[in-house]
Amino acid sequence: MNLKALFNPTSMAVIGVSTSQDSHPANVIYNKNHLRYPVKTYPVNPKGGIINREKLYRSIEDIDDEIDLAVIAVRARFTPEIVKQCIKKGVGGAVIISGGFAEAGNSDLQQQLVNLAEEASFPFVGPNCLGIYAPELVDTFFLPGERIIRPDKGNIGFVSQSGGVLVDQMVKFAGQGIGVSLGVSIGNKACIRETDMLEWFESDPETKAVAFYIEGFGKGEGREFIQKAGQCSKPVIVLKAGKSRKGVKAASSHTASIAGDYRVFSQIMNQYSVAEAENEYEMTSFCESLSCYSKAMGGKTGIVSLSGGHGVVAVDACRQHGLSIPEIENTTKVTIQEKLSKEIKNIVSLDNPMDLTGSASDSDIVTTVRHLSRDENIECILALLIPYSPGISADIGAKLSIVARNEGKPFIAYVPNEDKYKIIIEGFELNRIPVASSVEGAVLMAKALKRYMPC
Amino acid sequence: MLAKESSHIIEKSRSFGWILEPDAKAIMQLNGFDTPPGVVTRSFEKADHFMKDVKTGVAVKAVSRKILHKTELGAVVTGIFSSHHLKKEMDRLLELEGCENVLVEQMINGIELIIGAKNDYQFGPVVVFGIGGTSVEIYNDTAIRMAPVTEKDVCSMIDSIKAKAILHGYRGKPGVNMDVLTRMIVDFSLLIMDFQDDMESVDLNPVICTADKCIIADARIILKKL
Repeated sequence: MNLKALFNPTSMAVIGVSTSQDSHPANVIYNKNHLRYPVKTYPVNPKGGIINREKLYRSIEDIDDEIDLAVIAVRARFTPEIVKQCIKKGVGGAVIISGGFAEAGNSDLQQQLVNLAEEASFPFVGPNCLGIYAPELVDTFFLPGERIIRPDKGNIGFVSQSGGVLVDQMVKFAGQGIGVSLGVSIGNKACIRETDMLEWFESDPETKAVAFYIEGFGKGEGREFIQKAGQCSKPVIVLKAGKSRKGVKAASSHTASIAGDYRVFSQIMNQYSVAEAENEYEMTSFCESLSCYSKAMGGKTGIVSLSGGHGVVAVDACRQHGLSIPEIENTTKVTIQEKLSKEIKNIVSLDNPMDLTGSASDSDIVTTVRHLSRDENIECILALLIPYSPGISADIGAKLSIVARNEGKPFIAYVPNEDKYKIIIEGFELNRIPVASSVEGAVLMAKALKRYMPC
Repeated sequence: MLAKESSHIIEKSRSFGWILEPDAKAIMQLNGFDTPPGVVTRSFEKADHFMKDVKTGVAVKAVSRKILHKTELGAVVTGIFSSHHLKKEMDRLLELEGCENVLVEQMINGIELIIGAKNDYQFGPVVVFGIGGTSVEIYNDTAIRMAPVTEKDVCSMIDSIKAKAILHGYRGKPGVNMDVLTRMIVDFSLLIMDFQDDMESVDLNPVICTADKCIIADARIILKKL
């Protein structure tokens, strides 16, 4: 199946636009795309007429233009007929927003759509979904534009079985300055499923990491997904819902009782180096970190802080999340000590976590990070930058980014997320260095990099 | 593909839904796994003769279609060294529901592990490995991987359990032979791939591992409902 027209459309038809109900999902979708996105948008309703002084087409076949994407928001029972018309017209693919299919017990109706689509190699997203959001291109969410917060264009591909979770995650991404290449709510996933999305994102040059919110897989579908994820050249992140064991039958064997559904899911994700986020906070942190660093590591973390307290807090969080805090090589300590400014030389602690004290200057921090990056015991560096210290300048973000890029070792910063410190944060983010707004957030970003590495 | 003999055992057990221990062990043996020397019999004389031959003591177990979980029903007795004790336990076991025969096996001492398999709805055959014995569900010190597994997967499974130090040898006690254990789990994962159309779950529990070998002391195979 070719998904290009579906996810990269230049023209689209919204089917089901109402002449009487302005808040109808189809109207919301038509209005926002027509008014605010570059995709050429046509409204369709069998009654015809005029909407907002534009022609309302009676059928998709009446549109005198090639249509890449059809957004279908009509009653469930009418959808097979509409899909037939789309196929006849040569439409590239559809987003079926309508509900009332397998989720409501109407599996036969859903199967009709699948059969039509399979026969014609016609890809569709849904049914029972919000569809797709491609920043600066198209947005099929039936939520009024003024009500939602959207992330900018970026490099995370996000796929969700739940539309609500997708929208909420978009808000969280926007809050952390994380951009998306494409967000897709796959709903009942009758046609396009997680595995198809992995294929799409693998070949999409704008996507650097792929994240999934998964409720469950069909029979054998998990195996297909994980085999593809294992081969994917980009980091894959999952957040699993439905972890608790509800109504597990009295198991007839020890193995069946030990290997509950969620344990199996979680350990297999790990086996294939997929990063499993425990909750939405981890999901957000993992996405930011893995879009910058795709290589897995074992978890040996070096911490640079300007306050002893922050170092200790970070160590506790690292231990809790399975990261180790190894000893720093003596040669590393000696090299750093020699190069530190005389004001702090004798008051710093160069054991891990390193405390450069509140008297450290930019050049002390830069020197420390540079030489710590060269320590073979350390796989990843966390720098806890509290910009209250007078010796730190607004350039520290940009300066450390250059060091991190040159040294090539994963580097993660913590800077409080305040307007006052924006210039420091941007100094990192514009250079593709992940920045967390809390110490724990920085630790979670490092945790994302710790993935399964065979012995 | 499973060999003909294995398929034959599966077919004759299909209507019961699971495979009796001696038959499950026969399948494992046919596929190259080690099981303890033993006899299946109702005769005390035969059992006694076997016990005197092996010298290291025996375990006796009821073989009954009605007894899926033996421990709960007192259908397993280990550490029998005397004819008197053997006679008493055999008589008792043969009185248990549906008990057709008694399995008399050489006692093996070592570290008790579980190697199991489950046919998972979402992922197909998966392998479970960890600390075995009758308390396996209580400690649940196990690792799960999708089958088939590689040697590297097995290494990470062993490394991920809490009791790994015991496997490497702890406080003067010998550990297990890692090469043999690794080979066994890899081979087992390949076997259950072949077995996936018939198998719902498999418990090899305990598998007793020593510095030389890994022996399947108990085996249970639950078949898929057709």
